[in-house]
Amino acid sequence: MRQLLHQQWVCYRLQLRVLSTSLFDGLLAVFFPLMFATAALLVYRLNGDEESLQYAGLGAAIMGMWTCQGVIASSLLTRERWAGTLELLVAAPTSLTRVLVPITMALSTIGLYCVVATILWERWVFDLRLEVASWPLFVVGVLMAALSLALFGFFLSVTAVRYRTSWALGAALEYPGWLLCGFLIPVSSLPVWIQPLSWAIPTTWAMAGIREAANGGSPWVDLAVCAAVGCVYAALAAYLGQRLVDSARKHATLALT
Amino acid sequence: MNSDLAVEAVGLERSFVTHTGVLRRSRKEVEAVKGVSFHLERGELFGLLGPNGAGKTTTIKMLITLLLPTAGTARVLGYDVVDDVREVRRRIGYVFGGDRGLYERLSARDNLRYFSELYGVDPRRQKARIEELVELVGLTGREHERVEGFSRGMRQRLHIARGLLHDPDVLFLDEPSIGIDPVGARELRATIGSLVDVGKTVLLTTHYMFEADELCDRIAVIRSGEIVAEGTPQDLKRLVTAGRVLEIETYGVAPDAVAAATGVPGVQGVVVEERGQQQVLIVQFEAGAEVTQTVLASLGDVHVGRVSAREPTLEDAYIQLVTQDVPG
Ligand SMILES: Nc1ncnc2c1ncn2[C@@H]1O[C@H](COP(=O)(O)OP(=O)(O)OP(=O)(O)O)[C@@H](O)[C@H]1O
Ligand SMILES: [Mg+2]
Repeated sequence: MRQLLHQQWVCYRLQLRVLSTSLFDGLLAVFFPLMFATAALLVYRLNGDEESLQYAGLGAAIMGMWTCQGVIASSLLTRERWAGTLELLVAAPTSLTRVLVPITMALSTIGLYCVVATILWERWVFDLRLEVASWPLFVVGVLMAALSLALFGFFLSVTAVRYRTSWALGAALEYPGWLLCGFLIPVSSLPVWIQPLSWAIPTTWAMAGIREAANGGSPWVDLAVCAAVGCVYAALAAYLGQRLVDSARKHATLALT
Repeated sequence: MNSDLAVEAVGLERSFVTHTGVLRRSRKEVEAVKGVSFHLERGELFGLLGPNGAGKTTTIKMLITLLLPTAGTARVLGYDVVDDVREVRRRIGYVFGGDRGLYERLSARDNLRYFSELYGVDPRRQKARIEELVELVGLTGREHERVEGFSRGMRQRLHIARGLLHDPDVLFLDEPSIGIDPVGARELRATIGSLVDVGKTVLLTTHYMFEADELCDRIAVIRSGEIVAEGTPQDLKRLVTAGRVLEIETYGVAPDAVAAATGVPGVQGVVVEERGQQQVLIVQFEAGAEVTQTVLASLGDVHVGRVSAREPTLEDAYIQLVTQDVPG
């Protein structure tokens, strides 16, 4: 047990180091969320309406997480494969799940960083103080958002290795996600036929929960759904991941670069 | 099946299906390994030699459970490579040649730390073990630098350290000395030798014949997916049809002169090797035959340098084995 914890902790720290150095080397990834948040707030400020500014402020924070963490997550396995390390991870006498949990945690950490950075940015640059009724619930919501997004991204990354076209799908979801997840406009204002797509993304539920927490309502229902949707993706990813490894051993696609 | 053997392969086969074309995709099946059988005793250093694309890497990948065999079975330390995957993986280490397979953004030490966690190295032993290996592969002083700044040979050294982390009983080394400088390569040979001295079993592939000659207890030569010869380096050298070798340095030898030399009675084969300005004819001839004068005469007025006769090397044997026509 101690050895397992040690393993997970060390792997988490090292993966976080890998992710964050590549992130900060491409400073863009850090800058982008802030720029988008800026754009969103500038547009909403034109209204001069404090309430909608609050709405955009909250949404922009999670939007940064979506952009940054989501993109890294969905290309994760593809990058391991390019680096030639995927084969080593698979060949290690450790189950794939144990390899992947620390990676997921590292991804969530990046997502949390994005949220905090955006909130601070909003405060310093726009002098926007988020009015949050219950900070503890808000934090729970943000944690849930990060975790479920990591699982969702992870699912995308597994399918991306399996089916090459779905890498494009992951990348293509980035911008529609801004509309789908209710960051800047309510999901209910979307055309009815698109809404199921929104509900299939855990981040939509997390966003709803976070807004509830900020408004003094109870976020638990939304967060429970978010957790459930996240778990579905995790289960799918685990299943597909195992299938992926089996099929790679059969069809020799692991080392393929 | 005998579980005292370190590695046992019986009739291993592996084919690949590839697709060519974008619109009209056509299926093509490549038989990379066609029924290979061999075994390694515990504590043995076994060499797998063969030209590019012969199927060495494919064979190794089946043994280390990264590829499923299309047919045949293999066992490592008595564990089946298809059914007892976890048991096999725990006990083996492998090193591939090349500069991929490392986390560029991590330092050499962090790379080793990551993989020692995955390979279940006892956390209390880790630090000492990593230091020991960094020292062994000669990266001391550079272990805190990020791998992205490493040269090819340094990466290769790191790969070797990675393969040894969990102190495996059986090691698969696929061209481990590629890109390593001569001094480093000599140290590497010493390292591999010392691994065998402490009872490890090693399966090695290499394109350097002297390396195989110096290290291997036994060698198998694989060609187009089939083993064409197996034995000790001495056995293989004897395969050069009990002959001897004449080396003739020439300047500007023409192909028809080579053909003429090949036709001399008693000559079994002629290979031309470019060495800078010179072309060196390597003439294999029957042990009893006296061919020197006749061969020289057959070359006509080509400018000839030094002429020397020598015993065949492993390289001669290898070249004969992989270039001669397949019988049948
Ligand atoms: N993933 C793959 N898909 C399709 N064909 C493959 C694959 N891997 C190997 N092959 C084919 O199998 C054959 C044997 O390849 P292999 O890599 O085993 O050769 P090798 O003996 O290791 O050669 P080298 O000395 O160049 O390393 C080659 O013809 C190669 O094209
Ligand atoms: Mg090879």
